[in-house]
Amino acid sequence: MTLYLEQQCSQIHHNKEVNSLMSDTLVDIQNMSFSRAERVIYNDISLQVQKGKITAVMGPSGIGKTTLLKIIGGQLSPQSGSVVFAGENIHTVSRKRLYEVRRKMSMLFQSGALFTNISVFDNVAFPLREHTKLSESIIHTVVMLKLEAVGLRGAADLMPSELSGGMARRAALARAIALDPELIMYDEPFAGQDPISMGVLVTLIKQLNRALDLTSIVVTHDVTEVLEIADYAYILAEKSIIGEGTPAQIKASKSELVQQFLQGNADGPVPFHFPAPSLADALLGKSTQDSASNSTAKSEGGR
Amino acid sequence: MNVFVNLGATTLHKLQAIGNASLMLWGALFAVPRLKNIPLTIYQIYVLGVQSLLIIIVSGLFIGMVMALQGYTILVNYGAEGSLGPMVALSLLRELGPVVTALLFAGRAGSALTAEIGLMKATEQLSSLEMMAVDPLRRVIAPRFWAGMISMPMLAIIFSAVGILGGHVVGVDWLGVDAGSYWSIMQATVEWEADVLNGVIKSVVFGLVVLWIALYKGYSAIPTSEGISKATTETVVVSSLTILGLDFVLTALMFGVN
Repeated sequence: MTLYLEQQCSQIHHNKEVNSLMSDTLVDIQNMSFSRAERVIYNDISLQVQKGKITAVMGPSGIGKTTLLKIIGGQLSPQSGSVVFAGENIHTVSRKRLYEVRRKMSMLFQSGALFTNISVFDNVAFPLREHTKLSESIIHTVVMLKLEAVGLRGAADLMPSELSGGMARRAALARAIALDPELIMYDEPFAGQDPISMGVLVTLIKQLNRALDLTSIVVTHDVTEVLEIADYAYILAEKSIIGEGTPAQIKASKSELVQQFLQGNADGPVPFHFPAPSLADALLGKSTQDSASNSTAKSEGGR
Repeated sequence: MNVFVNLGATTLHKLQAIGNASLMLWGALFAVPRLKNIPLTIYQIYVLGVQSLLIIIVSGLFIGMVMALQGYTILVNYGAEGSLGPMVALSLLRELGPVVTALLFAGRAGSALTAEIGLMKATEQLSSLEMMAVDPLRRVIAPRFWAGMISMPMLAIIFSAVGILGGHVVGVDWLGVDAGSYWSIMQATVEWEADVLNGVIKSVVFGLVVLWIALYKGYSAIPTSEGISKATTETVVVSSLTILGLDFVLTALMFGVN
């Protein structure tokens, strides 16, 4: 009897641990592959995003980092694998359900994507007016609080065209947190920012994540900035995840590919030259197709 | 062999585009603006309809005047200048009103719609709407579609009315055709169903075609400056050719010899 009870307790304890682990994962991507036309972007990748944490997704330009966010948001569908957000498989739910699920997530686009024909205030009020029945006075208060959080309360009446790049991104951030989402996805938040704006954004992402109990995915290639605030990081390259871990683990990684990315070396496992026929062959007018395929084969063989 | 492969690929690509455009039209047709989006639709009626008024009125006036001038020089040879009124009215109500209005609408409003939606796509505003759980079809496409569908027949009616007045200015006030015969023979000749209603039906069909093409070209534009420029040009060219082709078909169906 005692043994039975111990076994039951152990089983319950194990289940609790599993449930806790499961419930701690907000986004779970399993064996996902995605191609665009004939170009493979992701080949069988798996990654998890833990609740309440800042997860960084890094990788060279053009690797498909933004694509990953669009897949999580259900704007693009993978060819295989599953993408589960808050317990729901994003790509198998109905269109109506997808739009309901999206209310729990938000995305900060690289360009800000503010609506150019309305003021900053109306941009931030937009999701509130669309999805709630709050009175205008309450909407006014909420919008002002959100703008205060990003330091732009004084810019409420400005039009998006009157904002600097950094201010536009902060205004877009205020809009992104207007409905208090569970997940916020940042698409290259630091790209093209001056050091002050970058510092402001780094601080904002960290503070908002803590204050609003958000979960954040930061897609970027600004290694130094993101590793300062991330709890966990993934590095994408070569259509798959080439490294993952805490910032300390990433920095200590022995992978040549990871180190090339972290140190910003021009040449290495990721070659400086795009696959092309040898310069001598090209100048001598030899068959470019043969040379290109040889070059590609060599390049892939070398990795 | 490559010819067949390319032909097959092009056909599939075109079929896919028609399928996507049909899905978008289906979405827009059944996404009748909600109560809270009615102000958006009214604003779009202002943008697409009211702001097109100037070009419609000026064009209508001059086309009516030219028709009266040309018609008079021919009819007067047969002593039939009294038929100037019905000639101007029937030409405008049956053909020129709907067709020229649709061509002007495609150039003025259709191109603007394509450029606007293409730019919204290029600046990720459509994507951001989707991520805010707001359906762009309902929020962006449907108000513009329904606003255009309301505006287009009204513009065609205004075009024809102003054209008839322009004909009156030249025919009656300038060339001396009797005002009574201008209006009374017009009144006796023009039929409500056969002429006025068929003209309105034509304008509705042309409006649907122009809006469908303009909205789809913007929605599916390649989000670059070159892509948007190409989409805008295609809207005007494809809309204009489709209007002219459809006009023949509709005329044959409505007024064709039995």
